[in-house]
Amino acid sequence: MNAQAPALRDPRLNRPEPFTPPLGDGGFFQRDRSIHPPAHAPGYKSSVLRSPRQALLSLENSISEITGPVFGHNDLGPLDNDLIRNYAKDGDPVGERIIVHGRVLDETGRGVPNTLVEFWQANAGGRYRHKKDTYVAPIDPNFGGCGRALTDDTGYYYFRTVKPGPYPWRNYVNSWRPAHIHFSVFGSGFAQRLITQMYFEGDPLIPVCPILTTIPDKDALDRLVAPLDLNASTPFDSLAYRFDIVLRGQRSTYFENRTAGN
Amino acid sequence: MPQPLNYLKETASQTAGPYVHIGLIPAMAGFDIFEKNFSNVLVTPNTKGERITLEGRVLDGAGTPLRDVLLEIWQANAAGRYNHPADRSAGALEEEFRGWGRAGSDFDSGLVTFETIKPGAITDRTGRKCAPHVNLWIVARGINIGLNTRLYFSDEEAANAADPVLNLIEQPARRATLIAKRSERAGKIVYTFTINLQGPEETVFFDV
Repeated sequence: MNAQAPALRDPRLNRPEPFTPPLGDGGFFQRDRSIHPPAHAPGYKSSVLRSPRQALLSLENSISEITGPVFGHNDLGPLDNDLIRNYAKDGDPVGERIIVHGRVLDETGRGVPNTLVEFWQANAGGRYRHKKDTYVAPIDPNFGGCGRALTDDTGYYYFRTVKPGPYPWRNYVNSWRPAHIHFSVFGSGFAQRLITQMYFEGDPLIPVCPILTTIPDKDALDRLVAPLDLNASTPFDSLAYRFDIVLRGQRSTYFENRTAGN
Repeated sequence: MPQPLNYLKETASQTAGPYVHIGLIPAMAGFDIFEKNFSNVLVTPNTKGERITLEGRVLDGAGTPLRDVLLEIWQANAAGRYNHPADRSAGALEEEFRGWGRAGSDFDSGLVTFETIKPGAITDRTGRKCAPHVNLWIVARGINIGLNTRLYFSDEEAANAADPVLNLIEQPARRATLIAKRSERAGKIVYTFTINLQGPEETVFFDV
């Protein structure tokens, strides 16, 4: 049935309210799932039985998603961002000495300050210090393989380590992981929580990695590859790689004095 | 061409892999490296509220427990207040209670436990009442992007029935996938849960 048309009114009485800046709800920008790997990616066999098959239920962000754990320097030890020293027993670990540095940003380009960044990796031979890793390459007695840092006021972080080696794994019979470092990042709200992996420029295993190629978007994949950053290297000591991490942006709430925005 | 918007793109997710413990719970990987470690115990002796154990497992599509999964929880305190500057609700803040913890599943049984308190009901910024709940984030080998879900409490029937998020779930049977069951064991309150990644009882996961 036809709805009744609204009565004609004098348009001069029908002006919109005076404009005020949009009151954001503080929610995060909707996640663009097309740049992330799908849950079910058959080329990465472990995902087949571990991928939800129902549609995710979209949830407008409430206080439960906008908030998240806050960390501080009290949570960290002085050597936590130095993987060359934080497990050394009788010398430095074996391998190419490198610095990894970059910024944690959000999608608006603002740095994400005081956020916890955690990282873990195999040693230079491609072996993890983990009771479940049985790869033939030896454990390095001077290398633990994990660390963490808090970003500064501008979102900047850095750490020192040795370059991890590639290693074989059970997917196809001859599958090898490119050299990589795992990253865990928090952001300011639990909906920004992210785990990813950083790869190294020029690694020939990148285009044939069944995990890396779960990412359907070529540009998104390229953004996981850290370039050599010769300007940040320490002469006669360490090469450097640059890795920026982007977390979801946030709609502002101008009445709030937030740390990460406005 | 219109002006470019120049937003950055979020960094793509990658699986946490089988050795996630090294970075996030090194003691489980089999070594001791940090002076201070994060854990599955959220409470201190001073924490207010009812002590509870959350105990659960994550099952794959074949019904086998994941034995290399990592869970994180994020919750309000007993007064319904999150320990975060964006939460301006009326409940009293407890500085000592961060409200966050992480746990790896047992390498044999797949059991995951947290020692925490039952959170209070939450009043959202729009004034909505939300049933007490714990926010859950799940990563593991084979999980390409962290899974978000929630745990609600079986003894909060009235609050659950009115909860705006539970009511977004169209099928009442699927709401039950988010309810942890209360029981008492040796004088302790235990809430048990099962996360089904697939199958007829697949847990409701959120795009938050």
